Amino acid sequence: MSAPATPLAPPRRRPARLRTPRRPAAGPRRRRRSLPLTLLTGLVLLYALVPLVWLFVNATKTQAGLFDSFGLWFDGDFALFSNIADTFTYDDGVFTRWLLNTLLYVGVGAGGATFLAILGGYALAKFDFAGKRAVFAVVIGAVAVPSTALAVPTFLMFSKMGLTNTPWAVILPSLISPFGLYLMWVFASEAIPGELLEAARIDGSGEIRTFFRIGLPLLAPGIVTVLLFTMVATWNNYFLPLIMIKDPDWYPLTLGLNAWNAQAATAGGEAIFHLVITGSLLTILPLIAAFLLLQRYWQSGLAAGSVKE
Amino acid sequence: MATVSAPLRAARRRRSWTGWGFIGPFMAVFALVFLAPIGYSVYLSLFRDQLIGGNHYVGLANYRQALQDAQFWESLTRVSLFLLIQVPIMLFLALLVALALDSGRLYGRDFFRIAIFLPYAVPAVVATLMWGFMYGTRFGLVGNINDAFGISLPDPLSPDLVLAAIGNIVTWEFVGYNMLIFYSALRVIPHSMYEAAEIDGAGQLRVITAIKLPAIRGALVIATIFSIIGTFQLFNEPAILQNLAPNAITTDYTPNILTYSLSFSGQQHNYAATVAIIMGLLTMVVAYVVQLRGMRKDA
Repeated sequence: MSAPATPLAPPRRRPARLRTPRRPAAGPRRRRRSLPLTLLTGLVLLYALVPLVWLFVNATKTQAGLFDSFGLWFDGDFALFSNIADTFTYDDGVFTRWLLNTLLYVGVGAGGATFLAILGGYALAKFDFAGKRAVFAVVIGAVAVPSTALAVPTFLMFSKMGLTNTPWAVILPSLISPFGLYLMWVFASEAIPGELLEAARIDGSGEIRTFFRIGLPLLAPGIVTVLLFTMVATWNNYFLPLIMIKDPDWYPLTLGLNAWNAQAATAGGEAIFHLVITGSLLTILPLIAAFLLLQRYWQSGLAAGSVKE
Repeated sequence: MATVSAPLRAARRRRSWTGWGFIGPFMAVFALVFLAPIGYSVYLSLFRDQLIGGNHYVGLANYRQALQDAQFWESLTRVSLFLLIQVPIMLFLALLVALALDSGRLYGRDFFRIAIFLPYAVPAVVATLMWGFMYGTRFGLVGNINDAFGISLPDPLSPDLVLAAIGNIVTWEFVGYNMLIFYSALRVIPHSMYEAAEIDGAGQLRVITAIKLPAIRGALVIATIFSIIGTFQLFNEPAILQNLAPNAITTDYTPNILTYSLSFSGQQHNYAATVAIIMGLLTMVVAYVVQLRGMRKDA
């Protein structure tokens, strides 16, 4: 726990290159590329990517094409764009509704969770207050409580409060991310010098103003990390909405896709596997894009977190 | 003296309330969605709702019932088996990849790192549907392979193999995430330790066992604990696979599916809360033991 955490883990190889040439053989020898090792790791890479390739390839097929063409290669006609159009228009455009619901849950849920974690982490890192140790103990203990163990009692409680079947039932539990709080605490301890806050206070800046003008900008990489991980958690959430939401109009994408898939098994239900597959592809694209575009931020954020652990 | 210390004490007291101003919103929501449900489920587990007599206090009777419930034990045995087989395979694979990345001997290291991590961004629903389709003998890869080679591979969605099929899905989803945790920990090992090993003439394998693995023990313990928590609450993958393999996955397949069916099909809320509490306690105990053993300096 006491190891120094740097927001950006220093790349170890760089000093090796700049080292004095006393033992010139040492550096290059260790960094020599190995083809066998690359090929071996390539197997894991294939394992990770083949299902995603399968998903893309099959999103370009018609319902009939799915059944009579090889899974990892394209069918005669490239139906990706008509599939996308069908996905958005099927059943009066219910997919669009689910997409908007997901955006609502992610926007308010993950956005709110990140905001609460920033405030909380800042408090734990930069203030001394009564009951701080108790807050730590309770929140760390909560990480070990399986969140699904809480789902049933939360449902019963929310149904007494009349919250089930409303967006609040999904949003409220999403607002708490103990991991996010932990990460922000680590980040705030390292990234915000206490003297800077002290100087602002002496200049007469209020606590809220100090937080927004000085604390918040310094926390940016940590914020991106927490935001990405809470976004994944809410975007991908299945169990919580499954319990809380009965009305398909309030379904997020995950529940909707599962309902489309289950439709084939019901009596008289139309099999729409091509839409399930295309819808799945559309569901994962935004998150994959976010991870790829923001990698610089979240990888340094994770590195900082892992040191404290 | 008094004139100096009084404002100081005042300042300190004011600051303590400022801290609460920042952590207060988190704690308020936390109390609503964490503490209150825990308290409520403890309350529920001590009562029973019966046709005759209504809601009444039964002490620990629900707990005794659960511990003698064959369905509960069967589901617990299943996730324990999963824990003993899938988690070590997944973590070992993640560790191998992390060590390979860290060795600096891979071509295209950054591409490997991000590509192997990507499945983490895929929702469990999509991962399960995707693998479920691929497992299928109709338009899945298994069906393709059977057709192409004129063979008949065993059906991954049959009752005998479906647990392994789920294990594969979970491994696919989380191997990259665990790899990243290990890799991040490996990267911050001070370079001086390697120089010392080099002077001693230690080989790659020796460097791994003597320096790298001990240095990332914390990360290994954390990843193990997260995996235990995840396994004990296994729900999404089997529940979604149920549509594709209705005969293989029962309503008591995992403790969590059992809790879900008890509460939403059986209306046995009190008993469901009891099972949930037992699983929560079990998870915490196992996680605590792993942490104690893993963090011991002489281990």
